[in-house]
Amino acid sequence: MALTDLTALQALAELRAGRVSSEELTRAYLDRIDALDQGLIQAYVTVTPELALEQARAADARRRAGEDAPLLGLPMALKDLVLTRGVRTTCGSKMLENFVPIEDATITSKLFDAGAVLLGKTNMDEFAMGSSTENSAFFPTRNPWGDLSRVPGGSSGGSAAAVAAKLAPFSIGSDTGGSIRQPASLCGVVGLKPTYGRVSRYGLIAFASSLDQLGPLTADVADCALITEVISGHDPRDSTSLDVPVPRYLDALTGDLRGVRLGVPKEYFVDGMEPGVAASIQAAIEKLRGLGAEIGEVSLPHSDYGLAAYYIIAPAECSANLARYDGVKYGYSAPDAETMWDGYYKTRGRGFGPEVKRRIMLGTYALSSGYYDAYYLKAQKIRTLIKQDFDRAFEQFDALLAPTSPTVAFGIGSKVDDPLAMYLNDVCTIPVNLAGLPGLSVPCGLSDGLPVGLQVIGKPLGESMVLRVAHAYEQASGGPLTRPELAASA
Amino acid sequence: MAISREQVEHVAHLARLGLSDEETTRLQQQLSQILGHMQMIDALDTSVIPPTAQVIPLHSVMRDDVARPSASNADILQNAPRREGAFFKVPPVLE
Repeated sequence: MALTDLTALQALAELRAGRVSSEELTRAYLDRIDALDQGLIQAYVTVTPELALEQARAADARRRAGEDAPLLGLPMALKDLVLTRGVRTTCGSKMLENFVPIEDATITSKLFDAGAVLLGKTNMDEFAMGSSTENSAFFPTRNPWGDLSRVPGGSSGGSAAAVAAKLAPFSIGSDTGGSIRQPASLCGVVGLKPTYGRVSRYGLIAFASSLDQLGPLTADVADCALITEVISGHDPRDSTSLDVPVPRYLDALTGDLRGVRLGVPKEYFVDGMEPGVAASIQAAIEKLRGLGAEIGEVSLPHSDYGLAAYYIIAPAECSANLARYDGVKYGYSAPDAETMWDGYYKTRGRGFGPEVKRRIMLGTYALSSGYYDAYYLKAQKIRTLIKQDFDRAFEQFDALLAPTSPTVAFGIGSKVDDPLAMYLNDVCTIPVNLAGLPGLSVPCGLSDGLPVGLQVIGKPLGESMVLRVAHAYEQASGGPLTRPELAASA
Repeated sequence: MAISREQVEHVAHLARLGLSDEETTRLQQQLSQILGHMQMIDALDTSVIPPTAQVIPLHSVMRDDVARPSASNADILQNAPRREGAFFKVPPVLE
């Protein structure tokens, strides 16, 4: 077994037992990145070998001095919209191609304080807008499954592919409408979007501030519990951060589901869902029933409106958030700007890619005079209805089960010319963001040799229940999905 | 639902987004298609439903007004595309 085959918890056990050093573990990952990333998986926008080895040696020194910390010496990858002091942070955009943050995001500080070692920054759809990572301004990332012709999902496609290809033991992604869960599903790894407010957004480059949330992508559910515990907690620098205690999520993984009530929302089995996906989800539901869970059907009647509401609210918030890219303080700036106004048009026209422009246009339109009530206000009212649907469902059930994505990984290039078809990928994940709930994707088998993800949706701050259900399923299905073998090409 | 070319140009102006003729044409078609799909929300009567801007039970979070260290001038200017001395340099605002 190679060091890079280990889960995060297994690697930490090796580190704690002194059987391996952080430097050895980190080098194993850097070597594998060297062999498999550039020209093949392309999960990383930036690899940070010097910093990684420096942090690994520091971790080894701390361990020799008798210290320990939750992630001491464990390598990781961060989505390239999490600020890292002194390490370029591009957000997948030409606009920030040369942007070097002057401080760490809160999540970066928490992970560094816990002893984690930064391997690099992962590829993503530009400004987290997309479901395939093809909207990266730099290059597409390939799904490690199959013949490497498929997308890893998105927008956290680099983070998902990095874990699936064993180019990192875990990674951090962000999820505004499914951007952790959908790539986790398509790449066969575990991904959790925590409750809105559970994890600080300070230092997360903003897309849609009422929906954005950071979370982990991991090889199994136990790793997911571990990382979620490290990154959660109140942050005075994020006024939307919840000041509630962080449970010990690993303690929730009891393997016991007796008496747990799980609802299956019928609206999530949408038209256009692939039969192989539907079959895998049904089989997973039956497995959970066999573990003693009480399974029942539930209706979330306004689900159909979720996608439309989301693609009004998220672009509206994005159009406001991205107004800051003016070519003055940081980022791309048109060198031939003749006046301030001319500079805005040129800087933003050249610095943003097609999907970001599309969303800014949609959002600006929805907020503009004469359309605000018909679009933005109406979408906010639908958001209320979606939240109420979930509130009612959780009066009867402890968690909900659904597909994460209606399809398995699709071909690179197959949907790039049809933005609406790309938006429809997110139909099962978006309502969870609108309601601010925790949602986790856990692999539940293969369809045509490609991973399918089961989505477990919880009550606000119900991460423990979501992790417990996913973990029980994972154990009962024979353990975590084995990640694909990859051979370095010449 | 058809969006006119003039509407696309107007919205691009509001967003201070420089678009080529080709981009304007493509966005006119794509925005028409996407907004056409969004029109399904018209079928829902929401007249008595209050809007939700955010979902957590927090309002007007306050903190003590205590001075804290801030970033240095050099740090703040580090990523500036153009600067002069201790200032950001911008193109002429008034002609």
